[in-house]
Amino acid sequence: MLEIKNLKAEVDGKEILKGLNLKVNPGEVHAIMGPNGSGKSSLSKVISGHPSYTVTDGEILFDVNFEPKNIIHMEPDERAKEGIFLAFQYPVEVPGVSNFNFLMTSFNSVLEHQGSEPLTEDEFRNYLKKKMEIISLRPDFLERGVNSGFSGGEKKKNEILQMAVLAPRLSILDETDSGLDIDALKVVSEGVNKIRSKNNAIVLITHYQRLLDYIKPDFIHVLYQGRIVKTGGPELALELEKNGYDGFLQ
Amino acid sequence: MDNKKTSPLQDDYNYKYGFETNIEVDAVQKGLNEEIIRLISSKKEEPEWMLEYRLKAFRHWQTMVEPKWSGLKYPEINFQDIRYYSAPKKKADGPKSLDELDPELIKTFEKLGIPLTEQKRISGVAMDVVFDSVSVATTHKEELDKVGVVFCSISEAIKTHPELVKKYLGSVVPYADNFYAALNAAVFTDGSFCYIPKGVRCPIDLSTYFRINAKDTGQFERTLLVADEGSFVNYLEGCTAPQRDENQLHAAVVELIALENAEIKYSTVQNWYTGDKEGRGGIYNFVTKRGKCAGKRSKISWTQVESGSAITWKYPSVILLGDESEGSFYSVALTHDYMQADTGTKMIHIGKNTKSTIISKGISTDKSSNAYRGQVKIMPSAQNARNYSQCDSMLVGAQSSAHTYPYIDVKNKTAHIEHEATTSRISEDQIFYLQSRGLNMEKSISMLVNGFCKDVFKQLPLEFSVEAVKLIEMKLENSVG
Repeated sequence: MLEIKNLKAEVDGKEILKGLNLKVNPGEVHAIMGPNGSGKSSLSKVISGHPSYTVTDGEILFDVNFEPKNIIHMEPDERAKEGIFLAFQYPVEVPGVSNFNFLMTSFNSVLEHQGSEPLTEDEFRNYLKKKMEIISLRPDFLERGVNSGFSGGEKKKNEILQMAVLAPRLSILDETDSGLDIDALKVVSEGVNKIRSKNNAIVLITHYQRLLDYIKPDFIHVLYQGRIVKTGGPELALELEKNGYDGFLQ
Repeated sequence: MDNKKTSPLQDDYNYKYGFETNIEVDAVQKGLNEEIIRLISSKKEEPEWMLEYRLKAFRHWQTMVEPKWSGLKYPEINFQDIRYYSAPKKKADGPKSLDELDPELIKTFEKLGIPLTEQKRISGVAMDVVFDSVSVATTHKEELDKVGVVFCSISEAIKTHPELVKKYLGSVVPYADNFYAALNAAVFTDGSFCYIPKGVRCPIDLSTYFRINAKDTGQFERTLLVADEGSFVNYLEGCTAPQRDENQLHAAVVELIALENAEIKYSTVQNWYTGDKEGRGGIYNFVTKRGKCAGKRSKISWTQVESGSAITWKYPSVILLGDESEGSFYSVALTHDYMQADTGTKMIHIGKNTKSTIISKGISTDKSSNAYRGQVKIMPSAQNARNYSQCDSMLVGAQSSAHTYPYIDVKNKTAHIEHEATTSRISEDQIFYLQSRGLNMEKSISMLVNGFCKDVFKQLPLEFSVEAVKLIEMKLENSVG
């Protein structure tokens, strides 16, 4: 579904990704771990098309109509409509735009891209009701402005709700666990586990083993200085937890 | 949805109202002097007192100079090079009903989305339509007659309701008020008049649509709206003009009077021609709008969406004279290309326990400049006055500018005043966030801007609010796309 080949990317003239390779198949959960500044968040932004990053070499192949397609020149919204979702580490506030309106506009633009009729307000409300069972939010959530005045936990929950609504094929969760207390972490993880299926893939970006106690990955990759330096199974996370990145990288 | 290639909004500047109507007109020669004023007054078959009023205003105007304090930049206006009267020629006996109007006029307004003919007109909204210097049609008269609401052109009101016009004309904006108000008082040619009798809740919304058509002609309309005790009216105003290379002057005066327990809601969507990408042409919109909450517990609310004109100089204000009266001002001003807007309000608290609310949202894009200028004045008599002001500016792109000039003048210690102001720039991260949820660039920006303006849009009547959102989206597509 996703194959990244020798990806090099820079921001403000500084090379961040230095020849990264990664292959993700449907149904898999990958965790990408690494010390601060190793390029984890940059990777998520480059995959989803953040305009500050320039790809200088390599390819990001993503299945579009069952054929791998290099997406590096696609706009972020086009990538989203093809089924790539990024859960932000710092979700952005959009004051004055209600969550309901935002979710519906977003969902309908994906539907339209797929050639389907957009849902009416009532239809969408019904659809959304089911999705909101996956992750619980305050009752007045839908009428409030997108992320505006939300606590850190609420923002992260909102990201997972958006993920549930858009039903992407590839979800990248950028440090979704950061800033969450243990209860919120459970709620968020359970949400992700419910969305998880054999047809979609998830890439978790995280510093800590903690998240991986709740969402069990199939593969763990260690990112260091813009490259993946080691790949292994879940046991790799435990090893990292025990020895720290320093111990591991020596 | 926002497909660039098929969007009709992408064309050239795309001011879809920029066409001109070829119609026979009755016009006076260019220039301004007592003779012209007498001529206008006689064309309109006005009574002597009206002519006297005009001449007094004109003589006063001659002693005045154009205000320069706003910092708006424009070449000197030659007031002798403007035509002060132009009207579509009437048939000898005049049209007896709307259906007898010149078909060209009907077509023009249909193109503007304003059907005038009986069978097609908009239900639920009565309209007075002003074309250049005269009112050409007023709809829904019978329905209004039933409840005693007077809604007609001001020229007609001068003849049919002289006592009301005499009593209230100039009572809120005296001719000596400012340069443009004096000019308007001298040469105003038409506009709407409305009187809501005691205790009447106007059953339909009233609306005036202004259209400038003729070349080199200024439009000087005058609107007078009186809401008698315990009455209510919702008033809407829209305007457009053809696309021309020369600047055209629009200097209107609107006066609102709310007596005890009366409420007036006045909404404007201003979409005069803005000039082209290089800043050529466009309307100079120098307007004085003011309401007086004359009676106890009266309310006046101004809501405006200012998205047109090369230059806007406009401060819809409220004089809070009656105790416990309330004034509000909700404004969205969008400027693009080389537009300049200097707009805001004045809230003058005189009565006790008076309350005012100001919500202003300015959006500047391209090389435009957008200023909020507002005054909150608490007079010594205004015990326990309250004001809340919120002035937010949003910059799109790096070359635009936003300014906020709040003037607060408090002469009573019991006043309670809150002022909040913010300036923000649409950030790359906000756009990226929305894009990563499948919204394209234009849609993302318009969603951000609509969110920014929401507090104002929600004050507009529903159809107007839909129109306003579309208008802002269209202008932004041209600017940001």
